[in-house]
Amino acid sequence: MEEEKEIRLEYTLARDFIDEVYSIPGGEQIKKCIQCGTCSGSCPTAYLMDYSPRQVFAMVRAGMRKEVLESEAILYCCSCYMCQVRCPQNIKITDVFYALKRIAWNETDLKAPQARLYKMSPIFFDIVRKKGRNHEIELMTRFSLTAAPLEIFKQAPIGIKLFFKGRLPLGGKKIKDLKELQKMLDVCEEHEVLGGVV
Amino acid sequence: MKYTYYPGCSLEATSFPYDLSTRAIAPLLDIDLEELEDWNCCGATAYMSVSQGRSFVLSARNLALAEKKGWDIIAPCSACYLGLNKTNIYMEEHAEVKDLVTKALTVAGLEYNGTIKVRHLLDVVVNDVGLDTVRANLKRDLGGLKVASYYGCQTIRPEGGFDSVEDPHTLDDIVVALGATSVYFPMKDRCCGGSIAGSVREQALRMSKNILLAAQREETDIIITPCPMCHINLEAYQAQINKRYDADFNIPILFFPQLMGFAFGRSEKDMAMNSLIVSPEKQLSSFV
Ligand code: SF4
Ligand code: SF4
Ligand code: SF4
Ligand code: SF4
Repeated sequence: MEEEKEIRLEYTLARDFIDEVYSIPGGEQIKKCIQCGTCSGSCPTAYLMDYSPRQVFAMVRAGMRKEVLESEAILYCCSCYMCQVRCPQNIKITDVFYALKRIAWNETDLKAPQARLYKMSPIFFDIVRKKGRNHEIELMTRFSLTAAPLEIFKQAPIGIKLFFKGRLPLGGKKIKDLKELQKMLDVCEEHEVLGGVV
Repeated sequence: MKYTYYPGCSLEATSFPYDLSTRAIAPLLDIDLEELEDWNCCGATAYMSVSQGRSFVLSARNLALAEKKGWDIIAPCSACYLGLNKTNIYMEEHAEVKDLVTKALTVAGLEYNGTIKVRHLLDVVVNDVGLDTVRANLKRDLGGLKVASYYGCQTIRPEGGFDSVEDPHTLDDIVVALGATSVYFPMKDRCCGGSIAGSVREQALRMSKNILLAAQREETDIIITPCPMCHINLEAYQAQINKRYDADFNIPILFFPQLMGFAFGRSEKDMAMNSLIVSPEKQLSSFV
């Protein structure tokens, strides 16, 4: 049987992508990855990922932007930090996965399951901007309505139970110095290096 | 001992029993809590995947407000603890983080000099208060009650620093100090899948199921946790897990100060046990 292999030319690799990932706080450490696989062996969801965490690091360094951002690896990473505390090279693996999620979220042509994941964050973001605090009932409702209208029927019983136990107040609280807080968030917008994608 | 108290959003809503029981046991343990005036959401996990910069800035406002008082912060919510603690550490370690945060604080007329620490409630109870004081407050004998200590991830990882990231014991130590039995629970620091519950729910349910299963095998009466998200996933979703996996879990999940308050002689009602979806009434009835 003949094996097919794809060969890529170096100039087709996304050099920007590598720099993008290296630019997160502590991101330069990725250069030191020794491909030992400790991360993959520690990961509770690696068996569901198309590429294991170790492979993701190899791919990042190879500049395989599209493959990494569309991978199910970043979808299934549940931020448990097990890989991060075990990595012999002190790579902040979970942080890198967060960064990859953020970059992927900013891309429009993503695969469906991932796109759904990223719908939660902007809603949360909007509520906090408007109130200074999270308001769970609003977050749940808006998320269900935008991302998964059918989910609302599945999740409603849980919401109702919490509500009757007094654990889902209808009114959200607003902070007093909201204006100041919004000004602070605006500063982030001006400094896209840390504030935007990464 | 004086501390600034940062309840966080969860403790005002879904996890209010955590807030109530924390405030109730604090005076008995000589923990003097003053709630941070006008605190804002710390940004947490959801914010991290939109903009790390904004999550640092949100946390930093709380740190700056708290620094004016000078006492260390107690954050009972593990997500808040992680967010605030991470910001505190990253501001020191990464100049670019410090720069951004300083610019943002300045427009609001605030500053932060990094003079306070962020502490988890669990850390304070075990390391500042100490187990002797815990024992000195006991009014009920919880002998025979089988308790599984569930730490989850964010309480002990990644920065944590007050307990082992692989084999934590602080919660178990409290269980033993309360006179109850701490069961063998190898799933104690494995992830419940909380942060992917909104995207790949199937997988989150399965991860929570595995945790409940490990507890059930040891005939656990009660699981205690120091994390609001862990609590929601194991408690509010328990019925859904039962349905999905044809299981019969009926394990009450308590916030650890609820069990402490109960052991200190407070009534179940005082500890808001009736606000739990899986009632611990049966398990606790013989101790009342
Ligand atoms: S554990 Fe660290 S060094 Fe080993 S493969 Fe994973 S990232 Fe690389
Ligand atoms: S943080 Fe993500 S990649 Fe790392 S072990 Fe946990 S799930 Fe796997
Ligand atoms: S982490 Fe959750 S509970 Fe804590 S402040 Fe933020 S949204 Fe609120
Ligand atoms: S909620 Fe789950 S994912 Fe979050 S800290 Fe707790 S165990 Fe980990």
